[in-house]
Amino acid sequence: MSIAIDKEKCVGCGKCHDVCPGTLIKIDTDKKAYIKYPKDCWGCTSCIKECPVYAISFFLGADIGGMGSRVHTEKKDGMLRWIIEHPDSKITEIEINPKESNKY
Amino acid sequence: MDGDLVRTEKLTTDLLIIGGGTAGCYAALTVSEKADTKILICEKAHIRRSGCLAAGVNALNAYIVEGRTPQDYVDYAKKDADGIVRDDLLYTMSERLNAVTEKLEQLGLVILKDENGKYVARGNRNLKINGENIKPILADAVEKLPNVTVLNRVNIIDFAVSDNKINGAFGIGIENDTFYTIEAKAVIIATGGAAGLYKPNNPGFSRHKMWYPPFNTGAGYAMGIRHGAEMTTFEMRFIALRCKDTIAPTGTLAQGAGAKQINSLGEVYETKYGLTTSERVYGTVNENLEGRGPCYLRTEGISPQQEESLFKAYLNMAPSQTIRWIESGRTPSQSNVEIEGTEPYIVGGHTASGYWVDTKRATTIRGLFAAGDVAGGCPQKYVTGALAEGEIAAQSAVEYIAENTAAPIDDSDIESHISEIEKFIGENTSQFTTEQLEEAMQTVMDSYAGGIKTNYRFNEKQLDIADYKIRQLTELSDSLHADDFQELMYIYELRERLTICRSVIAHLRARHETRWHSFAENLDHPEKDDINWRKYVNSRMENGEIRIILRDLTEEGQRVYEHSN
Repeated sequence: MSIAIDKEKCVGCGKCHDVCPGTLIKIDTDKKAYIKYPKDCWGCTSCIKECPVYAISFFLGADIGGMGSRVHTEKKDGMLRWIIEHPDSKITEIEINPKESNKY
Repeated sequence: MDGDLVRTEKLTTDLLIIGGGTAGCYAALTVSEKADTKILICEKAHIRRSGCLAAGVNALNAYIVEGRTPQDYVDYAKKDADGIVRDDLLYTMSERLNAVTEKLEQLGLVILKDENGKYVARGNRNLKINGENIKPILADAVEKLPNVTVLNRVNIIDFAVSDNKINGAFGIGIENDTFYTIEAKAVIIATGGAAGLYKPNNPGFSRHKMWYPPFNTGAGYAMGIRHGAEMTTFEMRFIALRCKDTIAPTGTLAQGAGAKQINSLGEVYETKYGLTTSERVYGTVNENLEGRGPCYLRTEGISPQQEESLFKAYLNMAPSQTIRWIESGRTPSQSNVEIEGTEPYIVGGHTASGYWVDTKRATTIRGLFAAGDVAGGCPQKYVTGALAEGEIAAQSAVEYIAENTAAPIDDSDIESHISEIEKFIGENTSQFTTEQLEEAMQTVMDSYAGGIKTNYRFNEKQLDIADYKIRQLTELSDSLHADDFQELMYIYELRERLTICRSVIAHLRARHETRWHSFAENLDHPEKDDINWRKYVNSRMENGEIRIILRDLTEEGQRVYEHSN
């Protein structure tokens, strides 16, 4: 369980660093974010939800059954969209209305 | 402090809240509604997403639904813990559950309602919510309070106590490499429970993909233990029954979607072992031992609509499970969901481990109040119970501040903490790293103190070995080295966990019965003994050793338990 930060996309706003409950994300000398302690990620996805340019994705480690998909979220029209990019480039999207409760 | 190795800062406040999670944030909100008390929250991470609620939560598990009473909740929690609870603490929590829920809704939490505007209950105690953003909701409310200062990335490493009265605490700024001395008139400890004592399910790359926040390392327990606070029921470990690998919750499938626990033969086994939390884990362990594993929650055949709802429910609290389903192509309507028990944790929001407190949530150290997972005797508190205890602790602290004067922290106490830090960040003479000793600790607990490896079982000879080895590791930890203050925090976190391990071992050894399968499965005393062991196992550290104190249980319906030190 961990995240990957795309340095090309990162704009250095530091929001992911601020929000990480494990203090695992740092800002490099080039002002870009990087994850210093990837093995210590809890997988809470807080950083992913904060990133304004969708530079962060998360993935399941192979040791817990991960198969190479990468996940990020986008907020649009008040909805939270989860976007799962599979290794074969197919995409699955699930849209959640934050104003709607879970059914279970 | 010119010329010294360590940058220092001294702060003064009325009320110090250690830990800005669920209970800590709510304590700050409660105080601010009634008084202009100056509050400082020290949070090792950042309050926006720190603590148990980082990823969100899918239900409020502690609520008094229509037709039920707070006493019903007390009875339920008492039964689940087989009697080892404090009636008075459970009652004072239960009577506040609904008011704190309404407050959460006012702050912005989405709760499912029927067409008449009433909350929709899941069973007798649960409400369905969208809790993805529950922590930002709490944090936003706290950040608006003019009398509250939040120090993020400041990790408290010790209390300042003299003559059994707390006068503040010491902390380290993990990103500004600063040592803090904080003087306070009263302190609320709300640091959560302890993860990482035992080897986790997936010790490799995904070692932190665990049930409880891996960043909750039990600081509150350890600081209290070292200062001689009385602690209770550390032998009642918590083991969660979870979805395999992702360690995602099972309650949403079991209570929400009605999925039964089945073995690999397709037999429903949960009724064979009983339905308490520990029995559900024990049954799963036993089915595996008897060759009928793996075990599953039976979800095959659920409707596409149910499946879609489950995808969303998990994204709102444990997204890895939904990702796993989608990535593997084996969705819950097509495949049953495999389950397993986690490694044991010490966590007072689920079981009864923690500070021995009175109904005001006062600990046995004067001026120190406990709320949430660090507070003992009051299991099954979950989110709303933590809020309720935050509220009680806050009101008690305000009363205490009005009646007591602050005492300054001794310079010698400050100096000794700075010397300790200088030792850790000074010349590197350690043969071992903090990570190596952490792994060693988890291996010891796994092998000799009832971890996953032994199916949570132990005997007294094994506990003796565990105690010996944990003491050795504690000695080795004296000479660890840190390159910066974040690594310094890791040293303190390890040492906190080593202290808690000693307490867990002492408590497991003290209860000569098996009252809860898996949670405390003592092979030397495999039966429950109601004649001798309807007691609280409490403890205090005295001169570096843990002294066990046995206390009588509260009577049925008892509303106050008098403390005697």
